Amino acid sequence: MDALMNFGQGIFGGVWPAVWILIKIVLIVAPLMLGVAYLTLVERKVIGYMQVRIGPNRVGPWGLIQPIADGLKLLFKEIIIPGRSSKGIFIIAPMLAIAPALAAWAVVPFSDTLVLANIDASLLYIMAITSIGVYGIILSGWASNSKYAFLGAMRSAAQMVSYEIAMGFSLICVLMISNSLNLVEIVNVQKQGNFASMGLNFLSWNWLPLLPMFIVYLISGTAELNRAPFDVAEGESEIVAGFHIEYSGMAFALFFLAEYANMILVAALTSIMFLGGWLSPVGFLPDGIIWLLAKISFILLLFLWFRATFPRYRYDQLMRLGWKVFIPICLVWLVVVGVWMMSPFTLWK
Amino acid sequence: MGSMKEVFNSLFLKELLKGMSVTGKYFFARKITVQYPEEKTPQSFRFRGLHALRRYPNGEERCIACKLCEAICPAMAITIEAEPRDDGSRRTTRYDIDLTKCIFCGFCEEACPVDAVVETRIFEYHGEKRGDLYYTKQMLLANGDRYENQIAQDRQTDASYR
Repeated sequence: MDALMNFGQGIFGGVWPAVWILIKIVLIVAPLMLGVAYLTLVERKVIGYMQVRIGPNRVGPWGLIQPIADGLKLLFKEIIIPGRSSKGIFIIAPMLAIAPALAAWAVVPFSDTLVLANIDASLLYIMAITSIGVYGIILSGWASNSKYAFLGAMRSAAQMVSYEIAMGFSLICVLMISNSLNLVEIVNVQKQGNFASMGLNFLSWNWLPLLPMFIVYLISGTAELNRAPFDVAEGESEIVAGFHIEYSGMAFALFFLAEYANMILVAALTSIMFLGGWLSPVGFLPDGIIWLLAKISFILLLFLWFRATFPRYRYDQLMRLGWKVFIPICLVWLVVVGVWMMSPFTLWK
Repeated sequence: MGSMKEVFNSLFLKELLKGMSVTGKYFFARKITVQYPEEKTPQSFRFRGLHALRRYPNGEERCIACKLCEAICPAMAITIEAEPRDDGSRRTTRYDIDLTKCIFCGFCEEACPVDAVVETRIFEYHGEKRGDLYYTKQMLLANGDRYENQIAQDRQTDASYR
Protein backbone atom coordinates (compact mmCIF):
# COMPACT_ATOMS: atom_id res chain seq x y z
CA MET A 1 0.00 0.00 0.00
CA ASP A 2 2.82 2.40 0.92
CA ALA A 3 4.67 1.46 -2.26
CA LEU A 4 1.55 2.29 -4.26
CA MET A 5 1.25 5.62 -2.50
CA ASN A 6 4.89 6.49 -3.20
CA PHE A 7 4.53 5.39 -6.81
CA GLY A 8 1.48 7.60 -7.28
CA GLN A 9 3.16 10.48 -5.52
CA GLY A 10 6.06 10.16 -7.90
CA ILE A 11 3.94 10.24 -11.03
CA PHE A 12 1.20 12.72 -10.14
CA GLY A 13 2.99 14.80 -7.52
CA GLY A 14 0.68 17.22 -5.73
CA VAL A 15 -2.53 16.07 -7.39
CA TRP A 16 -2.03 12.48 -6.23
CA PRO A 17 -4.56 12.67 -3.35
CA ALA A 18 -7.24 13.77 -5.80
CA VAL A 19 -6.27 11.01 -8.25
CA TRP A 20 -6.26 8.47 -5.44
CA ILE A 21 -9.82 9.50 -4.48
CA LEU A 22 -10.86 9.24 -8.13
CA ILE A 23 -9.43 5.72 -8.25
CA LYS A 24 -11.39 4.81 -5.13
CA ILE A 25 -14.57 6.28 -6.63
CA VAL A 26 -14.09 4.19 -9.77
CA LEU A 27 -13.49 1.13 -7.60
CA ILE A 28 -16.89 1.70 -6.00
CA VAL A 29 -18.89 2.85 -9.02
CA ALA A 30 -17.65 0.28 -11.53
CA PRO A 31 -18.71 -2.80 -9.52
CA LEU A 32 -21.90 -0.94 -8.64
CA MET A 33 -22.78 -0.40 -12.30
CA LEU A 34 -21.95 -4.03 -13.03
CA GLY A 35 -24.19 -4.97 -10.11
CA VAL A 36 -26.97 -2.81 -11.52
CA ALA A 37 -26.63 -4.43 -14.94
CA TYR A 38 -26.79 -7.92 -13.52
CA LEU A 39 -29.54 -7.00 -11.09
CA THR A 40 -31.77 -6.39 -14.11
CA LEU A 41 -30.96 -9.86 -15.39
CA VAL A 42 -31.48 -11.44 -11.98
CA GLU A 43 -34.77 -9.58 -11.67
CA ARG A 44 -36.03 -10.93 -14.97
CA LYS A 45 -34.83 -14.42 -14.09
CA VAL A 46 -36.31 -14.46 -10.58
CA ILE A 47 -39.65 -13.03 -11.65
CA GLY A 48 -39.67 -15.43 -14.58
CA TYR A 49 -39.04 -18.38 -12.29
CA MET A 50 -41.80 -17.29 -9.94
CA GLN A 51 -44.15 -17.10 -12.92
CA VAL A 52 -43.14 -20.62 -14.02
CA ARG A 53 -41.14 -19.23 -16.94
CA ILE A 54 -37.40 -19.40 -17.43
CA GLY A 55 -36.61 -15.79 -18.24
CA PRO A 56 -34.06 -14.55 -20.76
CA ASN A 57 -31.72 -17.28 -21.96
CA ARG A 58 -30.84 -16.43 -25.54
CA VAL A 59 -27.94 -13.99 -25.27
CA GLY A 60 -25.03 -16.02 -24.01
CA PRO A 61 -25.29 -19.01 -21.66
CA TRP A 62 -28.28 -18.55 -19.32
CA GLY A 63 -28.71 -15.09 -20.84
CA LEU A 64 -25.59 -13.83 -19.06
CA ILE A 65 -24.71 -11.35 -21.81
CA GLN A 66 -28.26 -9.96 -21.88
CA PRO A 67 -27.53 -6.87 -19.69
CA ILE A 68 -24.62 -5.93 -21.94
CA ALA A 69 -26.80 -6.29 -25.03
CA ASP A 70 -29.48 -4.16 -23.37
CA GLY A 71 -26.91 -1.55 -22.41
CA LEU A 72 -25.46 -1.38 -25.92
CA LYS A 73 -28.93 -1.05 -27.38
CA LEU A 74 -29.76 1.89 -25.11
CA LEU A 75 -26.37 3.47 -25.78
CA PHE A 76 -26.89 3.53 -29.53
CA LYS A 77 -30.49 4.68 -29.50
CA GLU A 78 -31.42 8.21 -30.37
CA ILE A 79 -32.30 10.54 -27.51
CA ILE A 80 -35.54 12.13 -28.62
CA ILE A 81 -36.22 15.54 -27.11
CA PRO A 82 -39.90 16.45 -27.42
CA GLY A 83 -40.43 19.68 -29.37
CA ARG A 84 -42.35 21.47 -26.65
CA SER A 85 -40.31 20.36 -23.67
CA SER A 86 -37.98 22.59 -21.66
CA LYS A 87 -34.83 21.29 -23.25
CA GLY A 88 -32.31 22.30 -20.62
CA ILE A 89 -34.21 20.83 -17.71
CA PHE A 90 -35.16 17.83 -19.80
CA ILE A 91 -31.51 16.96 -20.26
CA ILE A 92 -30.40 17.81 -16.73
CA ALA A 93 -33.15 15.78 -15.01
CA PRO A 94 -31.70 12.29 -15.64
CA MET A 95 -28.33 13.46 -14.34
CA LEU A 96 -30.03 14.84 -11.26
CA ALA A 97 -31.61 11.43 -10.78
CA ILE A 98 -28.43 9.40 -11.03
CA ALA A 99 -25.98 11.72 -9.27
CA PRO A 100 -27.49 11.31 -5.75
CA ALA A 101 -27.88 7.58 -6.32
CA LEU A 102 -24.12 7.37 -6.79
CA ALA A 103 -23.12 10.12 -4.36
CA ALA A 104 -24.76 8.32 -1.46
CA TRP A 105 -22.26 5.49 -1.86
CA ALA A 106 -19.48 7.77 -0.66
CA VAL A 107 -20.28 7.06 2.99
CA VAL A 108 -21.44 3.43 2.75
CA PRO A 109 -18.95 1.34 4.73
CA PHE A 110 -18.02 -2.01 3.20
CA SER A 111 -16.02 -3.04 6.23
CA ASP A 112 -14.41 -1.54 9.33
CA THR A 113 -11.91 0.47 7.32
CA LEU A 114 -13.19 0.15 3.76
CA VAL A 115 -15.17 3.36 3.34
CA LEU A 116 -14.58 6.26 0.97
CA ALA A 117 -15.54 8.99 3.44
CA ASN A 118 -15.89 8.00 7.08
CA ILE A 119 -17.70 11.13 8.19
CA ASP A 120 -19.40 11.58 11.56
CA ALA A 121 -22.88 12.38 10.28
CA SER A 122 -22.98 9.81 7.48
CA LEU A 123 -26.55 8.80 8.30
CA LEU A 124 -27.65 12.41 7.94
CA TYR A 125 -25.70 12.67 4.69
CA ILE A 126 -27.49 9.61 3.33
CA MET A 127 -30.89 10.98 4.29
CA ALA A 128 -30.10 14.31 2.65
CA ILE A 129 -28.60 12.93 -0.54
CA THR A 130 -31.28 10.32 -1.18
CA SER A 131 -33.96 12.97 -0.75
CA ILE A 132 -32.41 14.99 -3.58
CA GLY A 133 -33.19 12.11 -5.94
CA VAL A 134 -36.80 13.22 -6.12
CA TYR A 135 -35.77 16.45 -7.90
CA GLY A 136 -34.64 14.52 -10.94
CA ILE A 137 -38.03 12.85 -11.09
CA ILE A 138 -40.08 16.00 -10.59
CA LEU A 139 -38.03 18.00 -13.09
CA SER A 140 -38.20 15.24 -15.70
CA GLY A 141 -41.97 15.08 -15.34
CA TRP A 142 -42.27 18.84 -15.52
CA ALA A 143 -39.86 19.36 -18.40
CA SER A 144 -41.41 16.63 -20.55
CA ASN A 145 -44.56 18.72 -21.03
CA SER A 146 -46.63 15.55 -21.14
CA LYS A 147 -49.55 14.81 -18.88
CA TYR A 148 -48.51 11.23 -18.15
CA ALA A 149 -45.02 12.30 -17.22
CA PHE A 150 -46.43 15.09 -15.09
CA LEU A 151 -48.87 12.81 -13.26
CA GLY A 152 -46.11 10.28 -12.68
CA ALA A 153 -43.81 12.94 -11.29
CA MET A 154 -46.49 14.29 -8.96
CA ARG A 155 -47.34 10.83 -7.68
CA SER A 156 -43.73 9.98 -7.20
CA ALA A 157 -42.96 13.19 -5.34
CA ALA A 158 -45.92 12.86 -2.99
CA GLN A 159 -45.05 9.23 -2.34
CA MET A 160 -41.38 9.88 -1.64
CA VAL A 161 -42.18 12.75 0.71
CA SER A 162 -44.67 10.65 2.68
CA TYR A 163 -42.48 7.61 3.07
CA GLU A 164 -39.39 9.66 3.85
CA ILE A 165 -41.01 10.49 7.19
CA ALA A 166 -41.64 6.90 8.21
CA MET A 167 -38.16 6.01 7.02
CA GLY A 168 -36.65 8.86 9.00
CA PHE A 169 -38.45 7.81 12.17
CA SER A 170 -37.25 4.23 11.89
CA LEU A 171 -33.70 5.51 11.43
CA ILE A 172 -34.10 7.73 14.49
CA CYS A 173 -34.68 4.56 16.53
CA VAL A 174 -31.47 3.14 15.11
CA LEU A 175 -29.44 6.20 15.92
CA MET A 176 -30.94 6.37 19.42
CA ILE A 177 -29.73 2.92 20.32
CA SER A 178 -26.37 3.28 18.57
CA ASN A 179 -25.86 6.76 19.97
CA SER A 180 -24.15 7.76 16.76
CA LEU A 181 -24.84 9.03 13.24
CA ASN A 182 -21.77 7.30 11.86
CA LEU A 183 -22.56 4.18 9.83
CA VAL A 184 -19.38 2.39 10.90
CA GLU A 185 -20.26 3.07 14.52
CA ILE A 186 -23.84 1.87 13.94
CA VAL A 187 -22.51 -1.47 12.69
CA ASN A 188 -19.96 -1.77 15.48
CA VAL A 189 -22.64 -1.26 18.14
CA GLN A 190 -24.44 -4.31 16.78
CA LYS A 191 -21.43 -6.44 17.72
CA GLN A 192 -22.26 -6.27 21.39
CA GLY A 193 -25.12 -7.89 23.25
CA ASN A 194 -26.13 -10.90 25.28
CA PHE A 195 -26.59 -13.10 22.23
CA ALA A 196 -23.31 -11.97 20.68
CA SER A 197 -21.43 -13.15 23.74
CA MET A 198 -23.14 -16.54 23.27
CA GLY A 199 -21.86 -16.69 19.69
CA LEU A 200 -25.28 -16.05 18.13
CA ASN A 201 -24.32 -12.67 16.67
CA PHE A 202 -27.27 -12.45 14.29
CA LEU A 203 -29.68 -12.17 17.23
CA SER A 204 -27.81 -9.13 18.51
CA TRP A 205 -28.28 -7.15 15.34
CA ASN A 206 -30.75 -4.29 15.34
CA TRP A 207 -33.42 -6.16 13.42
CA LEU A 208 -34.60 -8.13 16.44
CA PRO A 209 -35.06 -5.42 19.10
CA LEU A 210 -36.29 -3.03 16.41
CA LEU A 211 -38.31 -5.58 14.46
CA PRO A 212 -41.26 -3.25 13.74
CA MET A 213 -38.84 -0.54 12.62
CA PHE A 214 -36.99 -3.03 10.43
CA ILE A 215 -40.21 -3.97 8.67
CA VAL A 216 -41.31 -0.34 8.38
CA TYR A 217 -37.93 0.59 6.94
CA LEU A 218 -37.98 -2.26 4.45
CA ILE A 219 -41.48 -1.44 3.24
CA SER A 220 -40.88 2.31 3.19
CA GLY A 221 -37.67 1.61 1.32
CA THR A 222 -39.63 -0.29 -1.30
CA ALA A 223 -42.03 2.64 -1.53
CA GLU A 224 -39.19 5.13 -1.65
CA LEU A 225 -37.73 3.25 -4.60
CA ASN A 226 -41.05 3.36 -6.46
CA ARG A 227 -40.87 -0.41 -6.72
CA ALA A 228 -43.78 -2.81 -6.94
CA PRO A 229 -46.18 -2.89 -5.13
CA PHE A 230 -45.66 0.87 -4.72
CA ASP A 231 -44.83 1.60 -8.34
CA VAL A 232 -47.75 3.96 -8.91
CA ALA A 233 -45.27 6.50 -10.29
CA GLU A 234 -44.68 4.22 -13.24
CA GLY A 235 -47.96 2.34 -13.20
CA GLU A 236 -47.78 1.20 -16.81
CA SER A 237 -51.47 0.30 -16.91
CA GLU A 238 -52.57 3.74 -15.71
CA ILE A 239 -50.03 6.34 -16.77
CA VAL A 240 -47.98 4.32 -19.28
CA ALA A 241 -44.53 4.78 -17.75
CA GLY A 242 -44.86 7.84 -15.57
CA PHE A 243 -42.15 10.44 -15.33
CA HIS A 244 -39.73 8.91 -17.82
CA ILE A 245 -42.21 8.30 -20.62
CA GLU A 246 -40.68 10.93 -22.96
CA TYR A 247 -37.14 9.70 -22.44
CA SER A 248 -35.32 7.35 -24.77
CA GLY A 249 -31.85 5.97 -25.25
CA MET A 250 -29.19 6.85 -22.74
CA ALA A 251 -31.36 9.46 -20.98
CA PHE A 252 -33.83 6.72 -20.13
CA ALA A 253 -30.96 4.43 -19.21
CA LEU A 254 -29.80 6.98 -16.63
CA PHE A 255 -33.18 6.85 -14.89
CA PHE A 256 -33.03 3.10 -15.06
CA LEU A 257 -29.54 2.99 -13.60
CA ALA A 258 -30.57 5.43 -10.88
CA GLU A 259 -33.54 3.28 -9.91
CA TYR A 260 -31.48 0.13 -9.65
CA ALA A 261 -28.51 1.84 -7.99
CA ASN A 262 -30.98 3.16 -5.42
CA MET A 263 -32.30 -0.35 -4.96
CA ILE A 264 -28.83 -1.62 -4.15
CA LEU A 265 -28.28 1.41 -1.91
CA VAL A 266 -31.41 0.80 0.14
CA ALA A 267 -30.50 -2.86 0.40
CA ALA A 268 -27.02 -1.89 1.60
CA LEU A 269 -28.43 0.59 4.13
CA THR A 270 -30.90 -1.97 5.45
CA SER A 271 -28.05 -4.42 5.86
CA ILE A 272 -25.89 -1.87 7.66
CA MET A 273 -28.60 -0.41 9.84
CA PHE A 274 -30.51 -3.55 10.83
CA LEU A 275 -28.58 -6.63 9.71
CA GLY A 276 -25.16 -5.86 11.09
CA GLY A 277 -23.40 -4.85 7.88
CA TRP A 278 -20.18 -6.81 7.44
CA LEU A 279 -20.56 -8.71 10.74
CA SER A 280 -20.72 -12.45 10.50
CA PRO A 281 -23.95 -14.06 11.73
CA VAL A 282 -22.24 -16.54 14.04
CA GLY A 283 -19.31 -16.14 16.38
CA PHE A 284 -16.94 -18.71 14.89
CA LEU A 285 -16.87 -17.20 11.38
CA PRO A 286 -14.78 -14.10 10.65
CA ASP A 287 -16.41 -10.79 9.73
CA GLY A 288 -15.91 -9.52 6.21
CA ILE A 289 -17.30 -7.75 3.19
CA ILE A 290 -18.68 -11.07 1.95
CA TRP A 291 -21.36 -10.94 4.65
CA LEU A 292 -22.39 -7.45 3.59
CA LEU A 293 -22.70 -8.62 -0.01
CA ALA A 294 -24.73 -11.65 1.09
CA LYS A 295 -27.09 -9.45 3.10
CA ILE A 296 -27.48 -6.97 0.22
CA SER A 297 -28.27 -9.85 -2.13
CA PHE A 298 -30.85 -11.18 0.28
CA ILE A 299 -32.62 -7.81 0.58
CA LEU A 300 -32.52 -7.39 -3.19
CA LEU A 301 -34.05 -10.83 -3.58
CA LEU A 302 -36.82 -9.67 -1.24
CA PHE A 303 -37.47 -6.64 -3.47
CA LEU A 304 -37.74 -8.88 -6.53
CA TRP A 305 -39.89 -11.31 -4.60
CA PHE A 306 -42.26 -8.47 -3.61
CA ARG A 307 -42.53 -7.44 -7.23
CA ALA A 308 -43.37 -10.96 -8.34
CA THR A 309 -46.00 -11.34 -5.62
CA PHE A 310 -47.98 -8.21 -4.89
CA PRO A 311 -50.39 -6.27 -7.07
CA ARG A 312 -49.95 -2.52 -7.24
CA TYR A 313 -51.42 -0.39 -4.44
CA ARG A 314 -54.18 2.05 -5.28
CA TYR A 315 -52.92 5.57 -4.74
CA ASP A 316 -55.13 6.35 -1.74
CA GLN A 317 -54.22 3.04 -0.12
CA LEU A 318 -50.60 3.91 -0.54
CA MET A 319 -51.07 7.26 1.17
CA ARG A 320 -53.13 5.64 3.92
CA LEU A 321 -50.38 3.12 4.59
CA GLY A 322 -47.74 5.81 4.77
CA TRP A 323 -49.53 8.38 6.88
CA LYS A 324 -52.06 6.43 8.93
CA VAL A 325 -50.23 3.18 9.60
CA PHE A 326 -46.47 3.63 9.41
CA ILE A 327 -46.11 7.02 11.05
CA PRO A 328 -48.23 6.06 14.12
CA ILE A 329 -46.35 2.77 14.46
CA CYS A 330 -43.06 4.65 14.26
CA LEU A 331 -44.13 7.21 16.85
CA VAL A 332 -45.26 4.51 19.27
CA TRP A 333 -42.12 2.44 18.83
CA LEU A 334 -39.97 5.55 19.20
CA VAL A 335 -41.43 6.06 22.67
CA VAL A 336 -41.14 2.35 23.46
CA VAL A 337 -37.45 2.36 22.52
CA GLY A 338 -36.90 5.50 24.56
CA VAL A 339 -38.50 3.98 27.64
CA TRP A 340 -36.68 0.71 27.06
CA MET A 341 -33.32 2.47 26.94
CA MET A 342 -34.04 4.24 30.22
CA SER A 343 -35.44 1.15 31.95
CA PRO A 344 -33.26 -1.38 33.84
CA PHE A 345 -33.90 -3.89 31.02
CA THR A 346 -31.92 -1.85 28.52
CA LEU A 347 -29.75 -3.72 26.03
CA TRP A 348 -27.70 -0.68 25.13
CA LYS A 349 -25.30 0.94 27.55
CA MET B 1 -63.28 -9.16 18.27
CA GLY B 2 -63.24 -9.95 14.56
CA SER B 3 -61.84 -6.56 13.71
CA MET B 4 -59.14 -7.00 16.36
CA LYS B 5 -58.08 -10.19 14.63
CA GLU B 6 -58.05 -8.36 11.31
CA VAL B 7 -55.82 -5.63 12.69
CA PHE B 8 -53.52 -8.26 14.18
CA ASN B 9 -53.30 -10.13 10.89
CA SER B 10 -52.58 -7.03 8.84
CA LEU B 11 -50.07 -5.74 11.35
CA PHE B 12 -48.10 -8.96 11.17
CA LEU B 13 -48.38 -9.07 7.36
CA LYS B 14 -50.00 -12.50 7.50
CA GLU B 15 -51.55 -12.33 4.06
CA LEU B 16 -48.46 -10.84 2.48
CA LEU B 17 -46.35 -13.67 3.84
CA LYS B 18 -48.91 -16.16 2.56
CA GLY B 19 -48.69 -14.61 -0.89
CA MET B 20 -44.92 -14.67 -0.81
CA SER B 21 -44.92 -18.32 0.18
CA VAL B 22 -47.01 -19.08 -2.91
CA THR B 23 -44.63 -17.30 -5.28
CA GLY B 24 -41.72 -18.77 -3.36
CA LYS B 25 -43.07 -22.24 -4.01
CA TYR B 26 -43.48 -21.52 -7.71
CA PHE B 27 -39.86 -20.40 -7.88
CA PHE B 28 -38.90 -24.04 -7.56
CA ALA B 29 -41.72 -25.42 -9.69
CA ARG B 30 -40.96 -27.12 -13.00
CA LYS B 31 -40.94 -24.48 -15.72
CA ILE B 32 -43.47 -24.88 -18.50
CA THR B 33 -41.72 -22.71 -21.08
CA VAL B 34 -41.50 -24.30 -24.53
CA GLN B 35 -38.29 -23.06 -26.11
CA TYR B 36 -39.85 -22.54 -29.49
CA PRO B 37 -37.41 -23.01 -32.30
CA GLU B 38 -35.82 -26.02 -30.59
CA GLU B 39 -38.94 -27.40 -28.91
CA LYS B 40 -42.44 -27.42 -30.30
CA THR B 41 -45.82 -28.20 -28.87
CA PRO B 42 -47.63 -31.22 -30.37
CA GLN B 43 -49.80 -30.42 -33.36
CA SER B 44 -53.22 -31.80 -34.22
CA PHE B 45 -53.64 -33.60 -37.52
CA ARG B 46 -56.49 -31.15 -38.10
CA PHE B 47 -54.15 -28.18 -37.78
CA ARG B 48 -55.19 -25.42 -40.18
CA GLY B 49 -52.10 -23.72 -41.55
CA LEU B 50 -50.78 -22.86 -44.97
CA HIS B 51 -53.02 -23.89 -47.90
CA ALA B 52 -52.12 -26.37 -50.60
CA LEU B 53 -53.71 -27.74 -53.78
CA ARG B 54 -53.40 -31.50 -54.15
CA ARG B 55 -52.94 -33.75 -57.16
CA TYR B 56 -54.04 -37.31 -57.89
CA PRO B 57 -51.28 -39.90 -57.84
CA ASN B 58 -51.13 -39.79 -61.66
CA GLY B 59 -50.19 -36.09 -61.50
CA GLU B 60 -53.59 -34.71 -62.54
CA GLU B 61 -54.68 -31.81 -60.37
CA ARG B 62 -57.74 -32.56 -58.27
CA CYS B 63 -59.47 -29.19 -58.45
CA ILE B 64 -62.44 -29.20 -60.84
CA ALA B 65 -63.20 -25.49 -60.50
CA CYS B 66 -66.58 -25.97 -58.86
CA LYS B 67 -65.95 -22.74 -56.94
CA LEU B 68 -67.57 -24.05 -53.73
CA CYS B 69 -64.55 -22.89 -51.74
CA GLU B 70 -64.75 -19.45 -53.30
CA ALA B 71 -68.45 -19.31 -52.42
CA ILE B 72 -68.09 -20.41 -48.81
CA CYS B 73 -64.98 -18.39 -47.97
CA PRO B 74 -66.17 -15.93 -45.30
CA ALA B 75 -63.22 -13.62 -45.90
CA MET B 76 -63.53 -13.75 -49.68
CA ALA B 77 -59.88 -14.63 -49.89
CA ILE B 78 -60.20 -17.07 -52.81
CA THR B 79 -60.38 -16.00 -56.46
CA ILE B 80 -61.02 -18.63 -59.13
CA GLU B 81 -61.26 -18.40 -62.89
CA ALA B 82 -61.98 -21.50 -64.97
CA GLU B 83 -62.07 -22.66 -68.62
CA PRO B 84 -62.52 -26.06 -70.28
CA ARG B 85 -59.15 -27.50 -71.06
CA ASP B 86 -58.18 -28.82 -74.54
CA ASP B 87 -59.12 -32.38 -73.51
CA GLY B 88 -62.59 -31.10 -72.48
CA SER B 89 -62.12 -31.37 -68.71
CA ARG B 90 -62.98 -28.38 -66.57
CA ARG B 91 -59.98 -26.94 -64.76
CA THR B 92 -59.00 -23.64 -63.14
CA THR B 93 -56.89 -21.12 -65.00
CA ARG B 94 -56.47 -19.06 -61.88
CA TYR B 95 -56.70 -20.13 -58.27
CA ASP B 96 -55.47 -17.48 -55.84
CA ILE B 97 -55.68 -17.36 -52.06
CA ASP B 98 -54.87 -14.07 -50.40
CA LEU B 99 -53.41 -15.16 -47.07
CA THR B 100 -53.63 -11.65 -45.72
CA LYS B 101 -57.42 -11.99 -45.98
CA CYS B 102 -57.68 -15.66 -45.01
CA ILE B 103 -58.93 -16.34 -41.50
CA PHE B 104 -57.88 -20.02 -41.54
CA CYS B 105 -61.39 -21.26 -40.75
CA GLY B 106 -60.97 -24.37 -42.89
CA PHE B 107 -64.34 -23.98 -44.65
CA CYS B 108 -62.71 -24.23 -48.10
CA GLU B 109 -61.30 -27.59 -47.13
CA GLU B 110 -64.69 -28.75 -45.81
CA ALA B 111 -66.50 -27.52 -48.92
CA CYS B 112 -64.20 -29.18 -51.42
CA PRO B 113 -65.89 -32.24 -53.00
CA VAL B 114 -62.61 -33.68 -54.31
CA ASP B 115 -60.28 -32.89 -51.39
CA ALA B 116 -58.29 -30.57 -53.63
CA VAL B 117 -57.76 -27.54 -51.44
CA VAL B 118 -56.44 -28.43 -47.98
CA GLU B 119 -54.81 -26.69 -45.10
CA THR B 120 -51.48 -28.15 -44.08
CA ARG B 121 -49.70 -28.13 -40.76
CA ILE B 122 -47.24 -25.54 -42.00
CA PHE B 123 -47.41 -22.31 -40.03
CA GLU B 124 -43.82 -21.10 -40.22
CA TYR B 125 -44.02 -19.19 -43.48
CA HIS B 126 -43.56 -15.51 -44.01
CA GLY B 127 -43.70 -12.74 -46.55
CA GLU B 128 -41.43 -9.76 -46.68
CA LYS B 129 -43.87 -7.70 -48.73
CA ARG B 130 -47.63 -7.71 -48.59
CA GLY B 131 -47.75 -9.29 -52.05
CA ASP B 132 -45.66 -12.23 -50.86
CA LEU B 133 -48.64 -13.64 -49.04
CA TYR B 134 -50.79 -13.69 -52.15
CA TYR B 135 -50.57 -17.34 -53.16
CA THR B 136 -51.20 -18.23 -56.78
CA LYS B 137 -52.21 -21.57 -58.21
CA GLN B 138 -48.60 -22.53 -58.99
CA MET B 139 -47.49 -21.78 -55.45
CA LEU B 140 -50.41 -23.71 -53.96
CA LEU B 141 -49.78 -26.71 -56.21
CA ALA B 142 -46.10 -26.58 -55.24
CA ASN B 143 -47.13 -26.67 -51.60
CA GLY B 144 -49.30 -29.68 -52.33
CA ASP B 145 -46.47 -31.49 -54.11
CA ARG B 146 -44.03 -30.73 -51.37
CA TYR B 147 -46.16 -31.84 -48.40
CA GLU B 148 -48.31 -34.54 -50.07
CA ASN B 149 -47.10 -37.32 -47.75
CA GLN B 150 -48.00 -35.42 -44.60
CA ILE B 151 -51.30 -34.23 -46.08
CA ALA B 152 -52.38 -37.72 -47.13
CA GLN B 153 -51.40 -39.18 -43.77
CA ASP B 154 -53.35 -36.53 -41.86
CA ARG B 155 -56.48 -37.05 -44.02
CA GLN B 156 -56.28 -40.76 -43.34
CA THR B 157 -56.00 -40.28 -39.58
CA ASP B 158 -58.91 -37.90 -39.66
CA ALA B 159 -61.11 -40.18 -41.80
CA SER B 160 -61.98 -42.51 -38.90
CA TYR B 161 -63.52 -39.58 -36.97
CA ARG B 162 -65.80 -38.48 -39.80
